Amino acid sequence: MPLSSRHLLGLQGVPREDIQLILDTAVTFREVLERPIKKVPTLQGKTVVNLFFENSTRTRISFELAQKRLSADTVNFSASTSSTKKGETFKDTVKNIEAMKVDMIVVRHASAGVPQFLTRISDAHVINAGDGAHEHPTQALLDMYSIREKFGRLEGLKVCIVGDISHSRVALSNIFGLRAMGAEVSLCGPATMIPREIEKLGVKVIYNIDQAIRENDVLNVLRIQLERQAGGLFPSLREYHNYFGITSERLEKNGKDIVILHPGPINRGVEISSEVADGPYQIILDQVTNGVAVRMAVLYLLGTLNKADGR
Amino acid sequence: MKIILKNVRLLNPEQKLNQNSDLLIVDGVITRIGTVAAGEAKDARVFELNNKYVVPGLFDMHVHLREPGREDEETVVTGCNSASAGGFTGLACMPNTSPAIDSAEIVSFIKEKARNHLVDVYPVGAVTMGRKGEALSPMAELSEAGVVAFSDDGCAVKNAKMLRLAFEYASMYRLPIIEHCEDESLEGGAMNEGVTSTFLGLPPMPSIAEDLVVMRDIMMAEYTGGKIHIAHISTKNSVEILRQAKKRGVNVTSEVTPHHFSLTEEALKTYDTNTKMNPPLRTRQDVEAILEGLKDGTIDAIASDHAPHSIEEKEMEFIYAPNGIVGLETELGLALSELLSKKILNMEELVEKMAINPRKILNIPVPKFAEGEIANLTIIDPEVVWTVDVKAFKSRSKNSPFDKRLLTGKALGVINRGKMFFDDKFFAI
Repeated sequence: MPLSSRHLLGLQGVPREDIQLILDTAVTFREVLERPIKKVPTLQGKTVVNLFFENSTRTRISFELAQKRLSADTVNFSASTSSTKKGETFKDTVKNIEAMKVDMIVVRHASAGVPQFLTRISDAHVINAGDGAHEHPTQALLDMYSIREKFGRLEGLKVCIVGDISHSRVALSNIFGLRAMGAEVSLCGPATMIPREIEKLGVKVIYNIDQAIRENDVLNVLRIQLERQAGGLFPSLREYHNYFGITSERLEKNGKDIVILHPGPINRGVEISSEVADGPYQIILDQVTNGVAVRMAVLYLLGTLNKADGR
Repeated sequence: MKIILKNVRLLNPEQKLNQNSDLLIVDGVITRIGTVAAGEAKDARVFELNNKYVVPGLFDMHVHLREPGREDEETVVTGCNSASAGGFTGLACMPNTSPAIDSAEIVSFIKEKARNHLVDVYPVGAVTMGRKGEALSPMAELSEAGVVAFSDDGCAVKNAKMLRLAFEYASMYRLPIIEHCEDESLEGGAMNEGVTSTFLGLPPMPSIAEDLVVMRDIMMAEYTGGKIHIAHISTKNSVEILRQAKKRGVNVTSEVTPHHFSLTEEALKTYDTNTKMNPPLRTRQDVEAILEGLKDGTIDAIASDHAPHSIEEKEMEFIYAPNGIVGLETELGLALSELLSKKILNMEELVEKMAINPRKILNIPVPKFAEGEIANLTIIDPEVVWTVDVKAFKSRSKNSPFDKRLLTGKALGVINRGKMFFDDKFFAI
């Protein structure tokens, strides 16, 4: 069975079978990454452009490695755009790049909806590598892959996403993906960082971090953007750390065997203490390795779709 | 020159007029109402109208003409052409031009550009210099130059003190303040706040940002005895605040745009930047409250907030795209489809909200149907079904979320100032 869509714009509305297929395919590629020669010829002759309109080192490198390991030709385009910046429009940039005959575009942009916009102006397969506070589907897929690797399943697991939910594309993609796979999702963070009406997405909101630790099998701890404090969303980093930070004392106090994820980059001493970030519960570096495998799976499944497949 | 409008349904609620009749217009002046005999018509051009409505020329009190400053998006003349095609014979244009309408020279400049057009153009002056919210505009001078209201549209008057001064000063000239109600500290989003904004990952604009300023403005109008007009009302709570204020006898009026009574935030799901506006499209409950407000008279007027934008500015990443849509040429069609056809308003009420009330709010005389009066009228077919085609817009810009939408009812033509627009052509009559 091929994927049901020719793009990966987000996980909202993506059928369970598609997620399952991506995760299962990633298992094969994960094995490739352990070989001495970490390269397969699957996407030979395909051209992928990484279109990054927002700073990102790790996501771009992860995608780039995934592409190289599939033998695709890859090109990176980094730029910053803003409403005030004069010069070439986003549309012209895309049209120009497309004129060079590319098969797939991986896009990261500060504005939600840019991947959808791309599908209207380009014929290439589009992979969303993060759009505004909307979605970051490959991050959620690698989170799910890592959780599944640890527990052997996703169904019935309790996962809590901790931190700034309002501004997080990782949170939204995780909510959609995990719920599609039968996990229970809750959110924990200061009320100023939880969007209004989020319960309508079928998630529970917890304001007490100890309760979140006690009630869940997995914590996915999000990075706190330091500029949010300047925006007044929480009083101080100290208060955040004291009331929402994940520390060994907290984990011990709640006597809980728990798995901790973090999409990185980590603010040590803010959302997570160094002890926990380097400790026995976390699988943060596994996530990074799995990220390459998951992205290989997505690139492979989209890149080898027949024209007739998908929407 | 003579023209005869044959077999029309002449409707003017202001005159309690609703009758079948012919209309003889000589050199732009109504010369005969009633049956016009064949003998009188020898040298006249006859328009057989088969019981179509003839109503006082429609008036849009919220239009952005973009001139001076953004003539690439619209000019006074192309905006007036757009208005004529939409069935309007008059409009008020907002002062967020560049430079802003904060001097008599700019008022004269705009009036001069519109001088020979069928459409009457009434500039709205800025409340504050450059719409910056720091110092009052020369309201006396602007009033003398002919502005019909004051507004810092695009944003609300910045703070309560400036608003108070504006009300007090404007009251000397009995001119209303038109307010774009949005709390500055809560602005900056791209769509209505709620579960849909979370789904779409777009920065939210809470409805309370509107409600707070509607409340502030109404209380300030009440305190100062000023006259306030709430522009493009969009939330359920604002409608209710307004309803209560009217009950208390506050000198307050309001308008709603066709997009706020015919679309909800669901339209944003495609990330089409033509659905991006300020105030944003709201929820189904808000639309229902607006329909209720239209019905019970809480909302006085329908206005387009006609906001032309260039293609390159709208074909942009969603968060960077400017707000607003071209409105004049779909306004009547949407009102007829969504309000008349769905029995929210009858034809009299619709004409009140699109021709009579806007003029009354701005102290502009309402056109009358009487012998000796200048013919200022709109011919309406409420039943014709047509498809919106942005490429056919007279407006210089094409940004509309209503492209390809099927509408019921439109204007067949307009007459004003000795000119007629009919069958896609302007001509002297």
